[in-house]
Amino acid sequence: MPASEIREPEGRGASVVVVGGGVTGLSAAWWLARAGVDVLVIEKGIVGWEASGRNGGGCSHHHSPLFAEEQRLWPLMDELLGYPTEFQPNRIRIALNEKQLALYSRAVVNARHQGFLIDEIDAKQVRELVPLAGDNVFAGHYYHFGGHANPHRTVQGYAWGLQDLGGRIMQHTAVTGFAADGGKVVAVETDKGNFGCDHLVLAAGPQTGPLAAMLGLDIPMKVARAEMIVTEALPLMPLGGVDGNGLYGRQTLRGNLAYGGGPHEWVETEQLPGGARPSTPLMQSIAKRVAELLPLAGHAKIIRSWAGLIENTPDGRPVIDRPEGWDNLTVATLSGVGFGLSPATGHAIQQLVTDGACSFADLSTLRLARFARLEPDWAALQGWQPMAMAS
Amino acid sequence: MTVDYRSVADKKLAVEGHAQLLVIGAGPAGLAAAIEGAQRGLSVVLIDENPVPFETMGESVPLHFGGRVGGAARNRNAMMEAMLESAPAIADAFELGVDVRLGTACWGLYANGANLGWMPAPLAGLADEENGTHLVSFERAIVATGRRDMGLAFPGWEQPGVMGASAAVQLATRYGALDGSRAVVLGSTAEALLAALTLRESGVTVAAIIEQAAEPVGPADLVVQLRAAGIDIHCGEVVRAVEADLNGVSGAVTRSGTILCDLIVLGIGAVPMVDLLDAAGCRLAFQAERGGYTPLLDADGRTSVEVIQAVGDCAGIWPAKSRDATVAEAEARHAVAAVAASLGVVGEGTAPAPPPGEAAYDIGAYRKDWVRASIIEAVGEPYVCQCEEVTAREILEVRPPRYLNWQAADNRERTLAAILGEGPPNPDQIKRLTRAGMGPCQGRRCREQVQALLALQSAVPLGAVPLAGYRAPVRPLTLAAAAPKNEDPAFGEQWDSWFGMPRQWVPFWDVDDEYTVASLAVEKPHASE
Repeated sequence: MPASEIREPEGRGASVVVVGGGVTGLSAAWWLARAGVDVLVIEKGIVGWEASGRNGGGCSHHHSPLFAEEQRLWPLMDELLGYPTEFQPNRIRIALNEKQLALYSRAVVNARHQGFLIDEIDAKQVRELVPLAGDNVFAGHYYHFGGHANPHRTVQGYAWGLQDLGGRIMQHTAVTGFAADGGKVVAVETDKGNFGCDHLVLAAGPQTGPLAAMLGLDIPMKVARAEMIVTEALPLMPLGGVDGNGLYGRQTLRGNLAYGGGPHEWVETEQLPGGARPSTPLMQSIAKRVAELLPLAGHAKIIRSWAGLIENTPDGRPVIDRPEGWDNLTVATLSGVGFGLSPATGHAIQQLVTDGACSFADLSTLRLARFARLEPDWAALQGWQPMAMAS
Repeated sequence: MTVDYRSVADKKLAVEGHAQLLVIGAGPAGLAAAIEGAQRGLSVVLIDENPVPFETMGESVPLHFGGRVGGAARNRNAMMEAMLESAPAIADAFELGVDVRLGTACWGLYANGANLGWMPAPLAGLADEENGTHLVSFERAIVATGRRDMGLAFPGWEQPGVMGASAAVQLATRYGALDGSRAVVLGSTAEALLAALTLRESGVTVAAIIEQAAEPVGPADLVVQLRAAGIDIHCGEVVRAVEADLNGVSGAVTRSGTILCDLIVLGIGAVPMVDLLDAAGCRLAFQAERGGYTPLLDADGRTSVEVIQAVGDCAGIWPAKSRDATVAEAEARHAVAAVAASLGVVGEGTAPAPPPGEAAYDIGAYRKDWVRASIIEAVGEPYVCQCEEVTAREILEVRPPRYLNWQAADNRERTLAAILGEGPPNPDQIKRLTRAGMGPCQGRRCREQVQALLALQSAVPLGAVPLAGYRAPVRPLTLAAAAPKNEDPAFGEQWDSWFGMPRQWVPFWDVDDEYTVASLAVEKPHASE
């Protein structure tokens, strides 16, 4: 609906209420506020506390319809937000064997298809560009796009930028239900009272499915745990966006090596509240691969390991849609890959809310309706089930 | 059943060794636990990270050694002998069949629970010089990791010679390796006063005790004892500055003058060493009568993680316990009786250890007052977080770290209040934004100060500020050392950067209109992002 049709807030509500103070919800709210919309974000905990603030910080999603906008926006984000994101352009992906190189080469095809450049570089070139790399390099790719940013700082930048524009954020506020009138959501019910809305955006990560279910919508998703590690700071490499060898991650601007990858664990969605985000000895297997990727950093001490919970749709692709059956609802789950795309995602959600359609990207592959004929036992069919716990 | 081969479902962790009862820490409580366990017929592994390698001690791990580890600590054999001599019960435990492993650090404890179910058993991550890094499974763990010391910033506190009370006592009494002879002790808690007396007995001159409060807070008889020994307690004072030479501290500057010394010993707060417990997911709470954040325990010392128990100082520090090791030992024996019962080993029960009484003083207010007097009212801006060089002002104004060289475009101020919202100040959030506590010392030196700063700024009790979380590895572990030696080949065969889903990275122009599991029968080029 056009912004002009959105009514003034009633009571403590807002024209648009965004449920979920993660990177997607905050970006959407920030874009809405930029468009002059009165917006309120409701977050059960602290902004950016979950996977939004715990990820690898990568910004090069060349498979996504939002890729071009992602690339356009990242270099502008510090200025647009007014707060530092630590965005650093470009990326080097290192293959330690032929198999990895073949796997990583899909990126070259995707980038070229969209007019972006990736150089194929040999082992010697990799070592020249990556001082911590070793003799085990097979080959690499140099992306003249993408890059990485600091998730903590970016998430807070969205929150502060939103507040600077007059948007509101309620932290420590849990949604308990919705009030509807016909095909419209009229209020969000929380443990701190009800908030009227003219439009509702659901962007609550793993909670998006259960929340949508309260509105009679089935957004199929399962939750898994993934782990990362970070080392003490090392001297800065010329380019921090270095990964590969089955890892995603980066050298931060402070100099720490932050990497993740490897097997995930499917967990019970019901166990989400309560906050347990345990990391496991998988840390050791990640460390092994970081030491292989950057052998000259083998002496670096690990100073933390951590885990995050991530929602996944059956095909692993986002849902960004105004689902049928509701006049004033927009749903967004990024299926675990939300941080890098967030500048573009928020922009797309803003346009879905205010204009009914996205002007800069074709979101048809992200519609919820693609799951209309999904097998009811899809999760079991894909093996996406929690393990029986050892006693 | 279909298996997701990219998940942990078919991956086996390499476990090297098993303990029916694993005891972590060979202080009085840990030794009592190990001996009690052996006497009850349990198979017991007792580990202790001491003697810690010289280089590691030089980095102030696990205690704030403050650059005062004497050269004697370079001789590993001598350190080992000194440790055995300092605790004859280690030999007793060995005689009773306890598998005693000194110089072995525990960097992580793991148990299946909420959102975690793939491990074959409860596991401990260990590291020692001989065997490197390895995992050991256990049925029950008793954590007896002891205490460390609250850090306190003042101008010059990064100088060699500024150190924790526990660190000074350990170097002086256990190893004879304290590099210093004249100490100024900060704080008049029971633990500070006991440390002063012990240092004096070890031949260190205690030049003075400095207390910011108007009166000492520790037990009166200890105060009398110290004064009788000619040691002054300067109340209403803090260290305003440090005089230093090439060797570090040479004097402590107070309002009433400079006290010549080569050691400034931090005794304002003995802190239960809960890093391993917190990282393992045991629930903690701020319990003033137990000296700060401590695990929530049932009557048998059991934490919220059923297979992990806590005894000794890491379960709580209070004056009577600090003065009498039998309290910690009784906790340990009582906990072991519960372990034996839970494992079906018949034996007699034991009397529970005496619990803490009411706190003699308000430790929350005491620690906040020290932080206010020493840091906020300091002349100059000392780094509260030494690793990342963050000042109190930068923490309270939530400033981006200096390496970003960030200048706000306008007059927008983002102070603590602006991000508090409806909740209490969260040190982990402040940490992420300012980097205070994110350095290699893992916040061991600044954690309690940051807690106090946030409490002061938002005018709430100390205990209202949550604990900044600990994460494994809680001891230094390099990438190369952490790499598993016997990794199950399944990890390598199925390793993917992300989830390895067949359709996740298909470019949008090549995506089918509908998704069903059956549609996966048509293969598309596999990609990995």
